[in-house]
Amino acid sequence: MTSRPTSGVRSEPLPGGEEQAGSLIHARGLRKSYGDFEAVHGIDLDVQPGESFGFLGPNGAGKSSTMRMIAAVSPPSAGSLSILGLDPRTHGPQIRARLGVCPQEDTLDLELNIRDNLVVYASYFGIRKAEAGRRADELLDFVQLTDKAKAKVVDLSGGMKRRLTIARSLINDPDLLLLDEPTTGLDPQARHLLWDRLFRLKQQGKTLVVTTHYMDEAEQLCDRLVVMDGGDIVAQGSPLALIREHSTREVAELRFAVGEHAALAERVADLADRVEVLPDRLLLYTHDGEQTLARVHERGLQPVAVLVRRSTLEDVFLRLTGRTLVD
Amino acid sequence: MALVTASLVRAAAAPQTTGWEIVRRNFLVYRRDWLVFLTGFLEPVLYLFSIGVGVGRLVEGFDVNGHLVPYAAFVAPGMLAASAMNGAVLDATFGIFFKLRYDKVYEGVLATPMRTLDIARGELTWCLMRSAVYSLGFLLVMAAMGLVESWWAVLAWPATWLIGFAFGGAGMALTTFMKSWQDFEYIGLALVPMFLFSATFFPVTAFDGWLRWLVEATPLYRGVALVRELTTGAVTADSLVSVLYLLVMGAIGVLVASRRFDKLLLS
Ligand SMILES: Nc1ncnc2c1ncn2[C@@H]1O[C@H](COP(=O)(O)OP(=O)(O)OP(=O)(O)O)[C@@H](O)[C@H]1O
Ligand SMILES: [Mg+2]
Repeated sequence: MTSRPTSGVRSEPLPGGEEQAGSLIHARGLRKSYGDFEAVHGIDLDVQPGESFGFLGPNGAGKSSTMRMIAAVSPPSAGSLSILGLDPRTHGPQIRARLGVCPQEDTLDLELNIRDNLVVYASYFGIRKAEAGRRADELLDFVQLTDKAKAKVVDLSGGMKRRLTIARSLINDPDLLLLDEPTTGLDPQARHLLWDRLFRLKQQGKTLVVTTHYMDEAEQLCDRLVVMDGGDIVAQGSPLALIREHSTREVAELRFAVGEHAALAERVADLADRVEVLPDRLLLYTHDGEQTLARVHERGLQPVAVLVRRSTLEDVFLRLTGRTLVD
Repeated sequence: MALVTASLVRAAAAPQTTGWEIVRRNFLVYRRDWLVFLTGFLEPVLYLFSIGVGVGRLVEGFDVNGHLVPYAAFVAPGMLAASAMNGAVLDATFGIFFKLRYDKVYEGVLATPMRTLDIARGELTWCLMRSAVYSLGFLLVMAAMGLVESWWAVLAWPATWLIGFAFGGAGMALTTFMKSWQDFEYIGLALVPMFLFSATFFPVTAFDGWLRWLVEATPLYRGVALVRELTTGAVTADSLVSVLYLLVMGAIGVLVASRRFDKLLLS
């Protein structure tokens, strides 16, 4: 349907093996296998203090597998990994003491009420009861669950559970926050609230690592991104750099009648640098969208709807992985 | 490099987890639900009244290491051992399965400085405590009914801790191998016959040959024999065998459980 990258694009290669001074996360040739299946194929990563770093990638790309290794709960199968300057194989508890983790799937304690979920979680970090209570109340307020403090977890909506998980990840005032699809299931208001809080944490000097399927989130939150596909890193850089490198300046979107797109793609192929065929539209990648559109009309083609826009991360993603960002 | 140094300094201050965190968590759960906590306690008490006291009117008693013991006083230590077993097994099986497979509590716990060893230790400690509460309650019931025959009975309480340890550890280990709630049928299949035939209601001398050997090799029988020897004052060197048996069983259980936790939770 869409063309996949011809070869593994590896932009901005990092100096192999060389330790970058002060990296909070430093990985070389990091691999993860489950039995015979290798989910992560030897990736290199460096995340600097204070940076917000994002993972993009289609389902099964290996994002969560990587996140779990960074969270020091999943031992790497090969390669080197250091987090906060420590080796997760030998210093797991010390590393985890300073991490805040929001796993992809909620792991809330269903037998405890909302507030106790936070208070008990604090105890796992050795935080004393009075302090734990104070932090719990503050975080409940932040995620706007104060009036649910005594409710059971099962009585929360999906988005509320997510908010509780995020609050829980902050209970130990972490230096490094690992958020695996933090806003999946959140309504727009809650999502913006979270972004706002994450910005503030970033300003305080915290380091954020986020995976997401939302391109606007990646653009908003991340200084730097990697795109993973099939266990490899296929591109990395700032959102802007990625767009510049892997896409054109503009995109003309043409919508025709259902089922016509594939056939029509050939008739406009020469008008753009690249044409993507989606089930419901054609994407023409070009420097000047309006001009391209004019040429399309010159050829007597009459799309049902048209849109000219700037390239986004979504286009980069589509180009690199052959898939749209949100499935 | 300054940052790495700073991280090492802070690393030294990482909290020392012990597993007690899990005990406190469980306490909080049951504090809001204390009736559930007591569910397993009632069963052996009811048996003591219906069979021990009721049937005791018809049966004279049995010989325990040369002492003639009235029937109710014979059944009581059996039920004492069973209550210690119940107290430990309930959380070690259903409780842990729920947290392990269903609501993924442990995955959350392990994203903190807590280790699988802390989980295993904490859960076992909790099982032991619930078991100890049951057996203390039961001992008080026994004392109130005049079913304690010897000062050795003071040692019966710590003896029940061994039963809690053995069944808690083994239960936990077995639970890590269970895949669905249906698998719990096997636990029932093991516990019910053990409860009925481990010299709880009649002496093991009722069996001959390999059957007797089989009964004497079950953990509940070892527990029953141990506490009966203590509450009736008929202590022999055999008691040591039981102590050793229960200790080894519990220790193997914890070891297996914490290995399995590693395998299941740190993949
Ligand atoms: N515990 C496991 N055992 C076996 N295979 C696993 C396990 N966890 C993940 N995998 C496999 O590893 C691959 C990568 O999974 P992973 O969860 O890391 O992907 P992901 O990028 O997070 O995807 P998603 O966007 O769907 O969350 C998948 O093919 C998945 O089936
Ligand atoms: Mg994932």
